[in-house]
Amino acid sequence: MGLDNLFLGFQVAITPFNLFVAVVGVLLGTVIGVLPGLGGANGVAILLPLTFTMPPTSAIILLTSIYWGALFGGAITSVLFNIPGEPWSVATTFDGYPLARQGQSGQALTAAFTSSFVGAFFSIVLITFFAPILAEVALRFGPPEFFAIQLLTFSSFVGLGGGSPLKSAASILIGFVLASVGLDIVTGQLRLTFGFVDLMKGFDFIVAVIGLFGIGEILLSVEEGLRFRGARTGMNLTVVLDTWRRLPRYYRTFVRGSVIGFWMGFKPGGATPASFMSYAFAKRFSRHPERFGKGELEGIVAPETAAHAAGVAAMLPMITLGIPGSPTAAVMLGGLIIWGLQPGPMLFVDNPEFVWGLIASMYTGNVIGVLMVLTLVPLFAAILKIPFAILTPLIVVVCAIGSYAVHNSMIDIWYMLIFGIVGYVFKKLDYPLAPLVLALVLGDLSEDALRQSLIMSQGSPAIFFVRPIAGAITAVAVFFFALPLITPWWRRWRGGGGATPVAPGH
Amino acid sequence: MRAAELVTAGVLMLLGGVVVYDAVRLGVGWGIEGPRSGFLPFCLAGLLVIVSAAIFVRAWRRPATRPFATRVQLVPVLKVLVPIALFITVTDPPGPPDGLGLYVAAALYMAAYMRWVGGHRWLVVAGMAVTVPIVAFVVFEQWFLVPMPKGPLEAWLGY
Repeated sequence: MGLDNLFLGFQVAITPFNLFVAVVGVLLGTVIGVLPGLGGANGVAILLPLTFTMPPTSAIILLTSIYWGALFGGAITSVLFNIPGEPWSVATTFDGYPLARQGQSGQALTAAFTSSFVGAFFSIVLITFFAPILAEVALRFGPPEFFAIQLLTFSSFVGLGGGSPLKSAASILIGFVLASVGLDIVTGQLRLTFGFVDLMKGFDFIVAVIGLFGIGEILLSVEEGLRFRGARTGMNLTVVLDTWRRLPRYYRTFVRGSVIGFWMGFKPGGATPASFMSYAFAKRFSRHPERFGKGELEGIVAPETAAHAAGVAAMLPMITLGIPGSPTAAVMLGGLIIWGLQPGPMLFVDNPEFVWGLIASMYTGNVIGVLMVLTLVPLFAAILKIPFAILTPLIVVVCAIGSYAVHNSMIDIWYMLIFGIVGYVFKKLDYPLAPLVLALVLGDLSEDALRQSLIMSQGSPAIFFVRPIAGAITAVAVFFFALPLITPWWRRWRGGGGATPVAPGH
Repeated sequence: MRAAELVTAGVLMLLGGVVVYDAVRLGVGWGIEGPRSGFLPFCLAGLLVIVSAAIFVRAWRRPATRPFATRVQLVPVLKVLVPIALFITVTDPPGPPDGLGLYVAAALYMAAYMRWVGGHRWLVVAGMAVTVPIVAFVVFEQWFLVPMPKGPLEAWLGY
């Protein structure tokens, strides 16, 4: 049954127009991934207004292709310029940049792109088979289950996100508070507008993403006095084929990276830990761990495979449950709502050609992506030679156009600037930005789920605990929320036990 | 960093307080159609006040270390921020006088930034400042029919 649907999807994805859209998307996405200050999330956000007039399937193919391109683009800057474009490319710089400095950037880039492709492909195959099953299960979910899953999403930022749990919580709460500004569609009341007409429209997540990630990132990079000292690309067919001959010996690393990536990836914020974990495992199981960090090809394969597997896996909860696994997926989810589609399991019932077209386009998009980056690397690397004083105003103008286009309103460009300053301050103070964006996107959906659940139970929060599925998910969510409180206590208890020598015979 | 932490946490507490105030006005209890409008904002903002107070207390206890940003770091940041604010103002100021529109403002902003911050040659400056807005105009206004704020120049050209 799944294969029939996939075949239907390919009929949608392989039309000339949709293939053209995929090529344009990958091209734009790679440029966006290479440019400092633009990444997957805000690249997709800026171009979202352009898709309002497109058919939804072509629109999502454009946006996902931009995402694949941005993932590939991140590897280019990591290897050639030692600048990780995205947090999950950090581990790629460990061995990618040393290799590039040794004049082997062609090998490093080929390994990075190929591993990305393998990781992505692994996740897409799993999505093809798991998405219908998960959607089938999710069809039986009611509002309490969906609210529980949303709770789980946010609890994993607090409990597993690393960094300060308090700041993650603050970030989530700010996102939800911003989402509630404006008209409450259920009661028809205006919330938190304090009589200002401009606040009635509320805060749009697109503007927030462009400001927080786009403008904020520019401010951070000028502060650090960013200078590009690039290595040459050195790509040609011989190098590619030669590297491909060397890659199969790392098959264990490929498999391990893909599995880690997929497993971490469908939880929010999973790509970055997945890439580091995969790198650590590869180093640990390698016969030459001392070579890692000095230019070992396997040190590129491991994080890139995992990061891409995770990046693709983030799409699974988005299409089946309506819960985005990453900020970029969150922006796409917002797109679905704008195009008039209801994110979640009903997509598989109501819009099969959309879902399967999207899944099929993941195959075509990644094939197009890997071919394009392999052939066009010198072109993309040349973008980074453009001086900063030219790139900065160019990116700002593009961001301003993207912000204005959302609602045709000037106030959104001002919000963009304010969000930019907030993004800059938050990044410096280690407040995570991804949970804020996710909360802003999911705000209305979460509130609806909460309201409907409470109406079902006539006001009793016990509904989230007594229904079996919701109860289990809520219990895990509560555990994650409590994790930062438990961990120090647990450590002290264990640490205390370990420090005092155990009495013999005990 | 300590001062910035304290100020940020303080602002967040204030924000939470303002939201709690408005949520109480909207009603936080149970209405005819389920939870009233203020219910969720009240809970969220209440939590926000508690969480940011905890961040505040933690930052307060910690000794001051390096500053949030040195003067050397802050100058380039302001050199980016101030031109953006001017660019938005020239596009369409908040008050009654109409602005020059986004395309003209973008041209002026790009030219000024490239010349004064980047010190590029006038030829490069003029080339970029003219080409980029025209390309943007064609892509957004013509192809994708996304209108941008326009000013006297566009009106004079008949758009």
